[in-house]
Amino acid sequence: MVKEALFGKTLDELQELVLNMGLPKFTAKQLADWLYKKEVSSIEEMTNLSKKARQLLTDNYSFGLTNATKIQESVDGTKKYLFPTNQGKFIETAMIPDRDRKTVCVSSQVGCKMGCLFCMTGKQGFQGQLSAGEIVNQIRNIPEWQEVTNIVYMGMGEPFDNLDEVLKSTQILTSEWGFAMSPRRITVSSIGIVPGLVRFLNESEAHLAISLHTPFHDERQKLMPVEIAYPLEEVLNEIREWDFGRQRRVSFEYIVFHGLNDTPAHVREMARILDGIKCRINLIRFHPIPNTPLKGTDEATLVEFKEGLEKKGITTTIRASRGQDIYAACGLLSTKALVK
Amino acid sequence: MRLWGETSQETMPKAEEYQKKEHQLHPEIITQNQEISPGVFLISYQQKQDFIPGQVVKITLDPEIPPRIYSICSGNHEQEVRILFNIKEDGYLTPKLAASIPGDKIWVSQPYGSFLGTDKPAWWIATGTGIAPFYSMFQSGQFENKTLVHGARHLNQFYFEDDLDWSLGKNYIRCCSQEQSCDVFPGRVTDYLQTQNDLPKDQQYYLCGKALMVVEVRDLLIEKGVPYENIIAEIYF
Repeated sequence: MVKEALFGKTLDELQELVLNMGLPKFTAKQLADWLYKKEVSSIEEMTNLSKKARQLLTDNYSFGLTNATKIQESVDGTKKYLFPTNQGKFIETAMIPDRDRKTVCVSSQVGCKMGCLFCMTGKQGFQGQLSAGEIVNQIRNIPEWQEVTNIVYMGMGEPFDNLDEVLKSTQILTSEWGFAMSPRRITVSSIGIVPGLVRFLNESEAHLAISLHTPFHDERQKLMPVEIAYPLEEVLNEIREWDFGRQRRVSFEYIVFHGLNDTPAHVREMARILDGIKCRINLIRFHPIPNTPLKGTDEATLVEFKEGLEKKGITTTIRASRGQDIYAACGLLSTKALVK
Repeated sequence: MRLWGETSQETMPKAEEYQKKEHQLHPEIITQNQEISPGVFLISYQQKQDFIPGQVVKITLDPEIPPRIYSICSGNHEQEVRILFNIKEDGYLTPKLAASIPGDKIWVSQPYGSFLGTDKPAWWIATGTGIAPFYSMFQSGQFENKTLVHGARHLNQFYFEDDLDWSLGKNYIRCCSQEQSCDVFPGRVTDYLQTQNDLPKDQQYYLCGKALMVVEVRDLLIEKGVPYENIIAEIYF
């Protein structure tokens, strides 16, 4: 029988667990320290726990870390990790070094249900949810974990379609008893599932990124089927209700496609629909995927598009493409070949 | 769960307020609940608001609990709105909805959405309960010049097949992946489409079902020369 994992449990859950085993309540805090702050990977190494406690825990639980089974490294230093999941599936994680920053791009689901036309993950359909432990494992169980500066939920899957586990994972990452990271170093990216968005904004202080890609409803619903259920207008109306000040940021992701969403009309409409929202736009180069009718825009048009948005007063950046040679760049993560 | 950042929380609306404010849910009384196939139900409530075939409503049993989205499965000139759904074993709403009886209260939103039927020639492609918006279009009289491809695992999952077969005739294609019958294509929807070498490029293709079916059919249509602009998909998630 597979033992339940300790890794991925919150302090409350650890307290309940130790009390049920007849151990002192403070053991929970000790456990959290070992799980989330120290470089150990077995219950036996938790040396400030009594022998009896360690034995009881070992009899009933596993530590719960899962090692990557494959690591690829790009010429630009980006690394891609392949992790098996508890259900025998696989997910990918990217670690992107950039000067003094190390950003980890984590997956929140195996595959994805959203079916965006431009995304490789969507092509494998949906194979399952990740637990909070499996999400945090993608950070804790890479060699660079002590140097990670930023975490983005932009890997495989739609975070707001697995929100319970995503929120639990951000709680582990930001709590004093956990990784004690600032929520300002975490960005959760969504295509805009509105009930999830509302709950996320209520229950987390992490930054928000929304995949926008075109300001026009008809175009967006052909790129992103979610537009039919949760139109961008509804997403933006909700975001307008919240106070995105200096502390918490909202940004919009915008993959720029040749001849589709890179025109002056798109610049004007973006300025109109984002009026009143303090935000940033991240322009992303399209990384072609098999069978796609879409093409990335050329560099001159990309720069022109950026300048157009900036003239309208919208802070705009062009995101550097990283890890393209190992299929770790935006929209390229996929474990379809490993789906049984 | 601990709430982070109590200061900023003070300026933020609570989820419950959002439910009341944005979803504009109103109570309706269930008039019928019928199990039309094992684990698949059709519930009805009185139609009080106009809708366009293909639109959806949000439904919940408690206005404090976030609603789920369902396609309307009835014609827009009928007395009742009908909703087709299957029980999700790990779901919160569908087991309770399935157990509801006439007279029980549900909370629904106004119809909305842009997966809309038209009178123009089109292909309707669905799997399982993804047939719902197309049956709404069909019942609303929009079936002229339409080809419906419906995929299911078992022969008893071709909901409304008598009506559809009667009116659509050879333009109603059933694809069954697990069982065989003389007038049913043996295989998945993608297998059927793969055999079609003359798909019209200038018609609209409406896809409705689970993510993998939608992305596979969309890829296949694009590969066969259908412009992606002519493909509109509604994914059940």
